[in-house]
Amino acid sequence: MTSTSTRDLVSQPYKYGFVTEIETDKIAKGLSEDVVRLISAKKEEPAFLLDFRLKAFRHWLTLDEPDWAALGYSAIDYQDIVYYAAPKQQEKKASLDEVDPKLLETFDKLGIPLSEQKRLSNVAVDAVFDSVSIATTYKEKLAEHGVVFCSFSEAVKEHPELIERYLGSVVASNDNYFAALNSAVFSDGSFVFIPKGVECPMELSTYFRINSGDTGQFERTLIVAEEGASVSYLEGCTAPMFDTNQLHAAVVELVALDDASIKYSTVQNWYAGDENGVGGIYNFVTKRGQCRGDRSRISWTQVETGSAITWKYPSCLLQGADSVGEFYSVALTNNCQQADTGTKMIHVGPRTRSTIVSKGISAGRSSNSYRGLVQMGPNAKGARNYSQCDSMLIGDQAAANTYPYIRSQQPQAAIEHEASTCRISEDQLFYLQSRGIGFEEAVSMMVSGFCRDVFNQLPMEFAAEADKLLALKLEGSVG
Amino acid sequence: MIRPDAELLLDINDLHASVEDKPILKGVNLQVRAGEIHAVMGRNGSGKSTLSKVLAGHPAYRVTGGTVRYRNQDLFDLEPEERARLGVFLGFQYPVEIPGVSNLEFLRVSTNARREKQGEEELDTFAFEDHVHDKLKVVQMDPAFLERSVNEGFSGGEKKRNEILQMALLEPVVAILDETDSGLDIDALRIVAGGVNQLATENNATLLITHYQRLLDEITPDYVHVMAAGQILRTGGRELALELEQTGYDWVDRELAAQGAA
Repeated sequence: MTSTSTRDLVSQPYKYGFVTEIETDKIAKGLSEDVVRLISAKKEEPAFLLDFRLKAFRHWLTLDEPDWAALGYSAIDYQDIVYYAAPKQQEKKASLDEVDPKLLETFDKLGIPLSEQKRLSNVAVDAVFDSVSIATTYKEKLAEHGVVFCSFSEAVKEHPELIERYLGSVVASNDNYFAALNSAVFSDGSFVFIPKGVECPMELSTYFRINSGDTGQFERTLIVAEEGASVSYLEGCTAPMFDTNQLHAAVVELVALDDASIKYSTVQNWYAGDENGVGGIYNFVTKRGQCRGDRSRISWTQVETGSAITWKYPSCLLQGADSVGEFYSVALTNNCQQADTGTKMIHVGPRTRSTIVSKGISAGRSSNSYRGLVQMGPNAKGARNYSQCDSMLIGDQAAANTYPYIRSQQPQAAIEHEASTCRISEDQLFYLQSRGIGFEEAVSMMVSGFCRDVFNQLPMEFAAEADKLLALKLEGSVG
Repeated sequence: MIRPDAELLLDINDLHASVEDKPILKGVNLQVRAGEIHAVMGRNGSGKSTLSKVLAGHPAYRVTGGTVRYRNQDLFDLEPEERARLGVFLGFQYPVEIPGVSNLEFLRVSTNARREKQGEEELDTFAFEDHVHDKLKVVQMDPAFLERSVNEGFSGGEKKRNEILQMALLEPVVAILDETDSGLDIDALRIVAGGVNQLATENNATLLITHYQRLLDEITPDYVHVMAAGQILRTGGRELALELEQTGYDWVDRELAAQGAA
């Protein structure tokens, strides 16, 4: 090979790795019932929420951390984490002009301008910094349509009845270890409510930023689409570079009633650690959507490029008759990153349909596993699933695994599963190079070709972004 | 067309190269001037294809001795993509399939890389579509091929036409066509050869690597070289190819044996 080598290619610096110097209101490290009560008190929560937290915490104490995933990492010391950190400012601001300019500047640097003049024209953004939401754009305009889009804390104050009705209704507080932890200590996140018959007039987006080095981020997102409503929602994530690991354990719940449709897209670019695997985010996330109503539809699209550890299975519970679940995923791992990700499609109702398209790319010494469950319940007559899981290996030290689980209790359900593994071959690269295309561009062309089916599912504004992100992540990884 | 005063494009001197430490090229000498068409013939394993891969910069081949100057610069100082941008083109014997990468986009990026080097403006998607449709005529290719992934599911003949289409777009200075005739029926061979003939000018040169005479019925070479055991054993005009057609390669063995004895 010429002077470029696949292994050198991946060492592109992470450009979101800066830390914002800002005074924070942090509680002491450690987790106990008192800490849970303290978080709830700081947020002036109603009694039902404190009860929800305490129940979750007591249950969490009885659980063991799961170890079935194909992941290896040093034990997490749950007493060495700060469970609440917020930039010091009084109250949530009525207008952006009152938000600390340092925070606005931070989001500017991340490419998420929040100020009136610069903000994205057709995307409403909720910006979450460490444990709290600092601003939400276009709230008034959305309110005209009856759409509620605000931070979770605000929703608790302004729409407690909705929170009480839906919180924990899809992911119960005792669902799993990390969901229970989140339910006990979650600090903020986004809430979306689309009333009956309303098509949300713009893209909604939440941008999560971890800033503190010793803080865990536990956000909670809840999206409810009533009968006939539809919404497209996107989340983005970044964090500074620290040589310690930060824990991120989020819970996302989606509820779609009759004929409702929710499209949820994620571009995850948490700090992944350095080339030797030092530092990076531990990302343990529970995401689940419930197609509660007939003919409802939930679609997950994820582009996972960051985090040292990814443990994440956005799932669909297909309850309503003729409801549809979709999962489109690109997971890229490089250096020492490890990802164990996939989905669960639980077919309960008749004629429910699901599609799974997973593209895993492993470079460096990373390990990338697809883990997915397709389950056909006894009433899922005429239900169908199609799964396609493709893996691409770059270099000769990366690993790719596929763990498909299929369970069917319904003889009249159809399940199709296809899987493939490929490697970017020297001959393919040479072919592109011999046509004047540079080595790195050749790699990124092949990778984005591989991911095209998934990128096509992203909202247009973000598809190009995702393409660039992948190219950036792979720089230096091939050779 | 032979003109002794034409620019010396490719100057190969005592070239040695190996694959996995096995020496394949053992002292190749060859000069190619603008306007010339050269045919390099020889049996399988004689080193013809290795010569083409080495010139294009394939990473599996290691140059162990000798020099190659391309338009007066050291060819081996240049990365494969740099060689391509400067006008060295390799038409592959077995073009690889690249799933997911659109042929049209690939051709556009490639064409623009070459144009940029020549100081020409970049073609945007629309301008490129017009440009490529003109070039499709050179190889009588259906525009539907542009919408597919690079070479994916193409027949042997379609792949070769796609190669010549790339040659038409890149306007190379030195085109090396490695067994472009292999696996083609006579109609496809005529189309491909017709494309090569249309693209040959007094300012560029073509190096045809071939096993058979039949390509040379369609494209008239100025020089014919016979390769054996990693060297050019004999050089002549067009008549050498005809002689080979009649006598086969047996004399090559005798000549090699005589050399070995000497």
